[in-house]
Amino acid sequence: MPMQLQIITAEREVFSGEVDALVAPGVAGQLGILPNHAPLMTVLEPGELLVRTGGDDSYLALSGGYLEVLGNQVIVLADAAEDVDEIDEARAQEALARAQERISSRETDIELEQAVASLRRAQVRVTVARRRRSTPHRSLSRQAQQ
Amino acid sequence: MQMVAAAKMRRAQDAIAAARPYAQRLDRLLKQLHQSVDTQEQPLFAERAVQRVALVVVTSDRGLCGGFNSNLCRRVQAELGEYADAEVELITVGRKGRDFFNARGYTIASHHADVFSRLEFARATAIAQDLTRRFAAAETDRVLLCYSEFVSVAAQVPVVSQLLPIVPEEGAVEAADYTFEPGPEQLLETLVPRQVNFQIWRALLESNAGFFAAQMTAMDNATKNAGDLIEELTREVNKERQASITLELMDIIGGAEAVAQ
Repeated sequence: MPMQLQIITAEREVFSGEVDALVAPGVAGQLGILPNHAPLMTVLEPGELLVRTGGDDSYLALSGGYLEVLGNQVIVLADAAEDVDEIDEARAQEALARAQERISSRETDIELEQAVASLRRAQVRVTVARRRRSTPHRSLSRQAQQ
Repeated sequence: MQMVAAAKMRRAQDAIAAARPYAQRLDRLLKQLHQSVDTQEQPLFAERAVQRVALVVVTSDRGLCGGFNSNLCRRVQAELGEYADAEVELITVGRKGRDFFNARGYTIASHHADVFSRLEFARATAIAQDLTRRFAAAETDRVLLCYSEFVSVAAQVPVVSQLLPIVPEEGAVEAADYTFEPGPEQLLETLVPRQVNFQIWRALLESNAGFFAAQMTAMDNATKNAGDLIEELTREVNKERQASITLELMDIIGGAEAVAQ
């Protein structure tokens, strides 16, 4: 029996539909969620979100957020979420380089913190973008339209 | 211009609608957490004697929108009167608000320029982060958010709401036996700044939609007024012309009669 998944950001609803499994980047490590999971509320780190529907895997780049499981319904409140197809790999690489530079030339602790955070977001986006080439995948947004 | 404003307003309304599911979920999550956490301990809930207050004033960058900006600014001025004893700090978003308070001799602590030309969530976060950090460090005791709420195309209402400290919302939600990862306190601690970000985001969205609605109405009124004016002036011109023709005719008739005699 599949479960309901809803991924929302402050700007839009990224995905809503039935999925079979989900692997999310929780604060305490990777978090696998299958149908009929116990009620859970957790913080998500910037990372990859894997969504499995039927035999197809889809990847999303998340830059942190929340995950709530209640009654076979999973809600991901993301700070930002991007589908594989939405990521411009060249731009992600650029952001990565910029963040690395900022870390090496850090001035204050706050700046360092911000730089590290943007570095991690950029890394995630690059990783997810590479999925497009290496693994067969389906775009979630395209799936939702079907 | 009315048509352009109408199209842009529709887009802005869609953005408000798109933000709604997030708002509902966030709200429910917060309520859920309030039930299991004592908010007294949280830095963003701290009620202090108000000695320093910060007002975030959201107006538009552009004009031609009737009383949209001046209504809000006047509302803010009234609010400022209530904090006569406190140290007030103005933070403006949108050029019109900055101009208004600059012209009246207020100092503006910081101004966020060019937010509406490319409205995105990151802008709201940038504004909010600074406010949250300073409130948590007890550099301000209260933060108020002043914006125009988009009620309908015909009505945009100036609103002043308290952004910080956060007023815990009452209201029970169906309790579920959640596992919290990490603990509920830490969850709330990270969730609350997001709530602040979102409130700023909503204020920006509402103001943006309200601005286009006001512009649309203003342009509609302008078109109607221009129409009335044209009608009135045409009538006047016709009257004058008729008068001059009558005068000329009388001259001619008078002349003809004189010749006949």
